[in-house]
Amino acid sequence: MTIKGKAYIAGIYEHPTRHAPDKSTAQLHAEVAKGAIEDAGLTKADIDGYFCAGDAPGGLWPMVDYLGLKVRHMDSTDTGGCSYLIHVGHAAEAIAAGKCSIALITLAGKPRTGPMPPRAAGAEADFEAAYGATTHNAYGMCAMRHMHDYGTTSEQLAWIKVAASHHAQYNPHAMLKEVVTVEDVLNSPMISDPLHRMDCCVVTDGGGALIVTTPEIAKSLKKPLVRLIGHGEAMKGPRGGKDLDLTYSAGVWSGPRAFEEAGVTPKDIKYASIYDSFTITVLMQLEDLGFCKKGEGGKFVADGNLISGVGKLPFNTDGGGLCSNHPVNRGGMTKIIEAVRQLRGEAHPKVQVANCDLAVAHGTGGLLGVRHAASTCILERA
Amino acid sequence: MAEAKKLPVPQGNPETAPFWEAAKQGKFLIKRCTACGEPHFFPRSICPFCFSDKTEWEESSGEATIYTFSLMRKSPTGPYAIAYVTLKEGPSLQTNIVDCDMDKLKIGQKVKVVWKPTDGAPLPFFTPA
Repeated sequence: MTIKGKAYIAGIYEHPTRHAPDKSTAQLHAEVAKGAIEDAGLTKADIDGYFCAGDAPGGLWPMVDYLGLKVRHMDSTDTGGCSYLIHVGHAAEAIAAGKCSIALITLAGKPRTGPMPPRAAGAEADFEAAYGATTHNAYGMCAMRHMHDYGTTSEQLAWIKVAASHHAQYNPHAMLKEVVTVEDVLNSPMISDPLHRMDCCVVTDGGGALIVTTPEIAKSLKKPLVRLIGHGEAMKGPRGGKDLDLTYSAGVWSGPRAFEEAGVTPKDIKYASIYDSFTITVLMQLEDLGFCKKGEGGKFVADGNLISGVGKLPFNTDGGGLCSNHPVNRGGMTKIIEAVRQLRGEAHPKVQVANCDLAVAHGTGGLLGVRHAASTCILERA
Repeated sequence: MAEAKKLPVPQGNPETAPFWEAAKQGKFLIKRCTACGEPHFFPRSICPFCFSDKTEWEESSGEATIYTFSLMRKSPTGPYAIAYVTLKEGPSLQTNIVDCDMDKLKIGQKVKVVWKPTDGAPLPFFTPA
């Protein structure tokens, strides 16, 4: 049993806003849903599956009702920023099993307008809550250990931001459009050692949505065909404190599962959407997915190797979370959207990868240095 | 002047109550599974490795080394050093390194447990040994 080739991404929409104090969160979900449905050339009545995560106000009950959907399959798996990559895999499973035929996945929220509600506490709360783990310092601890074990440098991490900024200059909706240098990154204020402000992603309001459907329905629509050929998901935590190693992520498990199902290797990939909550997130994911050996990510990302038209692995050609958009502090949705744009040939001409027929969209969710999930989608132009 | 950070009170529960009772006596407890022999932290009643329910409380030396850390410089309550430390007995855990010159911290440095009061049971932190 495989989902290879059994589901197509037929609709994509990224909300152009980066700041939306004048809209409700539910309204943003409706706007991105409308955008993706129209992109696919479908109507709301066609939707028979719905997927949302922790950003959807109230979860499935109010969202399905608010949007006016009538669905026969639903899923509210929440694994933070990679939820939507997992939803694509789960939608493909549901479609392959005949549980739905046109699935809608939405993400939206407004962390730039106001603080997000706190996450419910887990069993670890009494033993961790006092220590002030945040995204910045949890990823900082990963970077610190990666530098210690492998000699990774701040200059190498900075190259990831530099590459993202080269792409963002062509994205009219990007929050940060200015091209930056390695020196700019190193000279930006230290937030949580060893991560500087420019090692961190933007905080934006907004959202995005996807339509996942059957091969037959996708072929009846007008958009270039993009199909899912491999998917993986995994989770990692300190698991009782045994053999703690913060230099790798759950991507070491989700990646190989996806590549094996797709029957391709990292060498075959023409474009990579890699979750970039921080520069270290990208570096570790590239290693974990097998684009280079563990510990060699620093060398791999240096000297513009991630810049489209310059390096060997064009990544996040929309400017990514580091420069363009990180809606609701959850970057997985925009990772899939830009990968689909590349496979459709709809990326900005300055960053469009020539003959882009195979792409990976990969993300993590939660805190890389504490507990997190990872999900990998291999997408192919059909 | 940064506002002093108020520590949360451990809520406790039937599974972890012995840890917090011992904490009041200045003892740092971990759990060890007598079926597979593995120690773990934070404490569970069922071993997270072999899933045996034969887990026992054991007093830790409170001696540890810094596995990794990060200085959080942008905080409304002032800078702090978050870290993972690895206990002499094996398990690693999240903590803060306190009562020290944070700019001199190093991976591999020896640290020891130190207790900080809350409105309930005290909380474990670590400081250079």
